[in-house]
Amino acid sequence: MTTITTRESAEDQGVGVKKSGGFTASAANYIDERTSISGAVKELGRKIFPDHWSFLLGEVALYSFVIILLSGSFLTFFFQASMAEVVYDGSFAPLKGIPMSAAMSSTMDISFDIRGGLLMRQVHHWAALLFVAAIGLHMLRIYFTGAFRKPRELNWVIGFILFILAMAEGFTGYSLPDDLLSGNGLRIIDGLIKGIPVVGTWFSFLLFGGEFPGTDIVGRLYSLHILLLPAIIVALIAMHLLFVVVHKHTQYPAAGHTNQNVVGYPVMPVYAAKAGGFFFIVFGVVMLIASLFTINPIWNYGPYDPSPVSAGTQPDWYIGFADGAMRLIPTGWEFVWLNHTYSLNILVVLIVVGLFIVTVMIYPFIEAWITGDKREHHVLDRPRNAPTRTAIGAAGVTFYASLWAAASSDIMATHFHLTMEGVIHTLQATTLLGPFLAFFIAKRVCLALQKKDREIVLHGYESGRIVRLPGGEFVEVHQPVDEYERWKLVSYSDFKPLMLRPNAQGKIGVAEKVRAGLSRWFFEDRITPVTQTELNRAHGDHPAEITDK
Amino acid sequence: MTKIKTPRARRPRKTGRRHPLASVALIAVGLLFTGGAYVAFSTSTAVATTDASSQQTIAQGEKLFAANCATCHGLSAQGSSEGPSLIGVGAASVDFQVGTGRMPMQMQGPQAQKKPVQFTPEQTAALAAYVASLAPGPAIPSGELLDAAGDAATGAELFRINCAMCHNVAGAGGALTEGKFAPAIENVSAQHIYEAMITGPQNMPVFNDMNISPEDKRDIITYLKYVENNPSPGGLALGSLGPVAEGLFIWIFGLGAIVALTVWITAKSN
Repeated sequence: MTTITTRESAEDQGVGVKKSGGFTASAANYIDERTSISGAVKELGRKIFPDHWSFLLGEVALYSFVIILLSGSFLTFFFQASMAEVVYDGSFAPLKGIPMSAAMSSTMDISFDIRGGLLMRQVHHWAALLFVAAIGLHMLRIYFTGAFRKPRELNWVIGFILFILAMAEGFTGYSLPDDLLSGNGLRIIDGLIKGIPVVGTWFSFLLFGGEFPGTDIVGRLYSLHILLLPAIIVALIAMHLLFVVVHKHTQYPAAGHTNQNVVGYPVMPVYAAKAGGFFFIVFGVVMLIASLFTINPIWNYGPYDPSPVSAGTQPDWYIGFADGAMRLIPTGWEFVWLNHTYSLNILVVLIVVGLFIVTVMIYPFIEAWITGDKREHHVLDRPRNAPTRTAIGAAGVTFYASLWAAASSDIMATHFHLTMEGVIHTLQATTLLGPFLAFFIAKRVCLALQKKDREIVLHGYESGRIVRLPGGEFVEVHQPVDEYERWKLVSYSDFKPLMLRPNAQGKIGVAEKVRAGLSRWFFEDRITPVTQTELNRAHGDHPAEITDK
Repeated sequence: MTKIKTPRARRPRKTGRRHPLASVALIAVGLLFTGGAYVAFSTSTAVATTDASSQQTIAQGEKLFAANCATCHGLSAQGSSEGPSLIGVGAASVDFQVGTGRMPMQMQGPQAQKKPVQFTPEQTAALAAYVASLAPGPAIPSGELLDAAGDAATGAELFRINCAMCHNVAGAGGALTEGKFAPAIENVSAQHIYEAMITGPQNMPVFNDMNISPEDKRDIITYLKYVENNPSPGGLALGSLGPVAEGLFIWIFGLGAIVALTVWITAKSN
């Protein structure tokens, strides 16, 4: 039956080219007959996306990436990834006649002698900073709402790899102009690599094609920056988005939102129009910033020369946490053994930062193992309803923020009139103790908020109206919470610590004990959601309800 | 009217250049010119104010010193536990420290900070003359050295190599240990920049003329004045502080604006 109707309609359209519909209809028909794209359009066009501002953060990252691709393509037309020495002879007087690499010289030309070049450089760099920042904020949203739970664990991992790749893209791009600042940055990377025992020096020579800085590194970073890394990023973004379509979008808890449905707008036409318009808004914001604010003034830094290091030399913000970690290591953390120096000051940083990164990447699996939760989740958690997760997140953010802040220790010292040593010691303390404090505070705050929610569900809001009962008793009238609001407050799943259960052989292994212990730690302090019985009982004997009616 | 003798026709008389005293006069004139030129030249590079070394000025400087500086530097500038000896620091040092308001110090701290200048130029000159009279030291520079018309490219390179590690490549300043810092070099006069290089105030090392020649110092001043007088080609410079300022900006204003816009775009219409 259906096949007949479609054939008929197709015929109708075929005839209708002459009658009505015009060019659009015939063009659409032409394309559809050859690609069968209407199926995909129909499927995608009816895809529902929920509307919430925090769901747009990933889009911001995507749009920033598009801006980066566009402006980056412009830059490749004029940039020369060569470290051949040339004498600068462009428009900028304070560098005229100074020998520098072709990379630096061509970047100077882009900035001063190519129309629109400086704007494009600034667009590219500002968009890159925004790209990584938007990814960071997007990740925080995913984490604190528990959107990484089954079935989205793999998409979390893909997203996290994208975050790492974005940082790699940023760092390789930052190093390309071969100016003083980026050269200093590369020297730190060189030092980090050389600090790895046994293989470090070999790796460094492999990377730089000999002793630092050599004449190869800019060309190599350029290949990574414009070819390999973007290709991987594009592929992973495609997978990331495909997973979003396959899994359907998550939604915040609200009346009518369940694990089986998605409440929102279809892609066509509302959402597509909003998202398309939003791209231009993001582009506009980046353009505005790039045209008003200087970024990476390489003309101040001058060409790379291994001898000078400027005060205030820092990496771009997303590498700051690693730079800060090195600043926080106390002096003298190294020892000599068998005529070799072992640089703990570098190794500890590599190990701690590496562990931190890996833990964040595999966190969904860790949490799933601890909770033993195998259900699918499409409704997000309110952060307060997962107190331990929120507390772990707060601890992680505090740890990262301390390392990050340490990268600006010198700027803090000069601008707040503090001592450099005082800033470093304070940040050492916040790095080690801050996460515990943050964990404790965040967990208590979550539990308190849950208690408040419970109170509101059971007894409503305080209205401030005092009523005297016939018996002489004074009571305050409570305004009952409406049904929609109540749904949001009570609809979360309650977890209990895992029971220790023997396996098939009837034994309880060490792993099981650890798991049960962690599970107890995770769910020990919890506020159970209000049940229907509790609700009925609360409303049954509530004097306020009686006086209200 | 009979002219018996015409002086010219007669035997030459010992007058004019033949005069016995002519050679003495010539030597006197020569000496006067040489000495005058020397004096003129040396005053142009050494001491700008003509009366700087006059006894009266020195006496006035001594009084000012006793009233304002002697508490820490000692009654005869010999130094104390509170402040260093000023014997041999030269007029340039006094002109820098007092002329930028760093001295007299407001309070003891990691380093003397810039503040509104306390003395008039004449008083500063008197103090400088007094300290310079104690022992020879670097004089106050003047003239061509301060005209900021040298080679900015050489100056920029020298600045990156010698100065940027503390003062930052754009002269925006930087941190040192234990609360000390290298100040920003914005709106500092060429004379004070030059004096700082030759006297090494506070934690700054001395860059004498063997280390950086006077012409090179002139180039450095040229570069600094270039940076000061030419706005950043890329727009607002965010303090020329580098990636920290840029990162803070993108998080607070860039991402802040974007988040505000996401809230706006997803807001339910009324």
